[in-house]
Amino acid sequence: MNWGFLENVLSGVNKYSTVIGRIWLSVVFLFRILVYVAAAEQVWKDEQSDFVCNTRQPGCENACFDHFFPISQVRLWALQLIMVSTPSLLVALHVAYREHREAKYKKKLYKNKGSLDGGLFLTYILSLVFKITFEVVSLLAFYFLYNGFEVPMLLRCSESPCPNTEDCYIGRATEKKIFLYIMGCTSILCICLNFAELMYIIWKHLWKCFTRRYAPVQRTVSHPAVSIVNQFASADPTINTEQGHEPAAEEENRPVQS
Amino acid sequence: MSWPILYAQLVGANRHSTSLGKVWLSVLFIFRVMVLVVAAESVWGDEQSDFTCNTLQPGCENVCYDQFFPVSHIRLWCLQLLFVSTPPLLVTMYVAYRNQSDRKRLLEGSGRSSFLSNKCQEEDLNTLKRRRLPIAGALWWTYAFSLLFRLLFEGGFMYALYVVYDGFHMPRLVQCDQWPCPNLVDCFISRPTEKTIFTVFMATISSICMVLNMAELSYLVAKAVTR
Repeated sequence: MNWGFLENVLSGVNKYSTVIGRIWLSVVFLFRILVYVAAAEQVWKDEQSDFVCNTRQPGCENACFDHFFPISQVRLWALQLIMVSTPSLLVALHVAYREHREAKYKKKLYKNKGSLDGGLFLTYILSLVFKITFEVVSLLAFYFLYNGFEVPMLLRCSESPCPNTEDCYIGRATEKKIFLYIMGCTSILCICLNFAELMYIIWKHLWKCFTRRYAPVQRTVSHPAVSIVNQFASADPTINTEQGHEPAAEEENRPVQS
Repeated sequence: MSWPILYAQLVGANRHSTSLGKVWLSVLFIFRVMVLVVAAESVWGDEQSDFTCNTLQPGCENVCYDQFFPVSHIRLWCLQLLFVSTPPLLVTMYVAYRNQSDRKRLLEGSGRSSFLSNKCQEEDLNTLKRRRLPIAGALWWTYAFSLLFRLLFEGGFMYALYVVYDGFHMPRLVQCDQWPCPNLVDCFISRPTEKTIFTVFMATISSICMVLNMAELSYLVAKAVTR
């Protein structure tokens, strides 16, 4: 049981995402999860055993380590990855709800279950907002817990039971700093991608609304056998068999009749 | 602990769950099993090797560690997840029993009537395997009992954790005077703050799961009452 489970879950969500959403997913898998599993875990593996203080007082190293690392960077990184990946499941849940409704009423209610319109559009926006929030909160947590993204080689500690102010040394400080920078940069990249995706789908939705309102309604040439009188006499919108529109879709996406 | 096997078992039970049950399963695997495997196990990995006491007396550290950690948090959580995941298997067992009795009845019925073709019979058997039973009657009772057991196990384990460790907070320093420690000895726990953070996190997610289970139980009861 490892990150493979999360990868399977997210790959399922992939088909309901936009292009930018798929790019975001690739960035998360390649530059974050893979880097975490392949490298970061190893770098922080012996963090406590290699945390050495210049004292023989038993308990001083434990206390100092606990003071400087209330939660280890690598654990915070793992929690960040888990939290950031879960809002996508909201979208999958909504699509599953749509499928459930169609199965319940036993007729086609949606032209395309995965298309971003109506409630699914709002769910998608919400999932993007959550993702951005979690990313920003994690970055802020890192910044304030560890005084920036620096990992100093030497720390000064005077926690009880240390007798005086002791020098404590962190193991692999530079390597940890490099990985923290990678983590920070990929985080910022993901925030930008999420923001871009948010702008893109809002713009697309607005564009769809505007063009629907103002574009002239194109009437195609009807079948010669159909009488022109019948065409204009019927109260319901004409169903063009050539274009093959379905009545349910017409109900949902009916253009504004001027 | 082989979580993929547990996952395979539960996904089968998931088909006959309500939507709340499916949400519960996702919360269980993403926020509890994943966090346990990815993070918590490394935090508790060096719990005994980095448990330091202010004494040179051999055996004192072992004895003090044993006094303060009768059961490690990780083991308690593994047991909790295992116990909490087994009631849905009651539902799977009942569905399998129903399918088997229906299949037997179908085969008996077709054996008597000679005009039912083999292909028709195969199709019926396939739909039997793939169908989703409505939650009514005996299945409703099985499902309700499985929810009740889940609630009891969750509550029981949370209470056990609270009682064994005197709350969800892990102190930095504990004082120990078990034999063979000479006097009162200061012992220092490794990573107490990180352990407190993860204990509180797991307790919160546990409570969320309990709330989901209670909501699902109320929904089932409401559905039965309105029927």
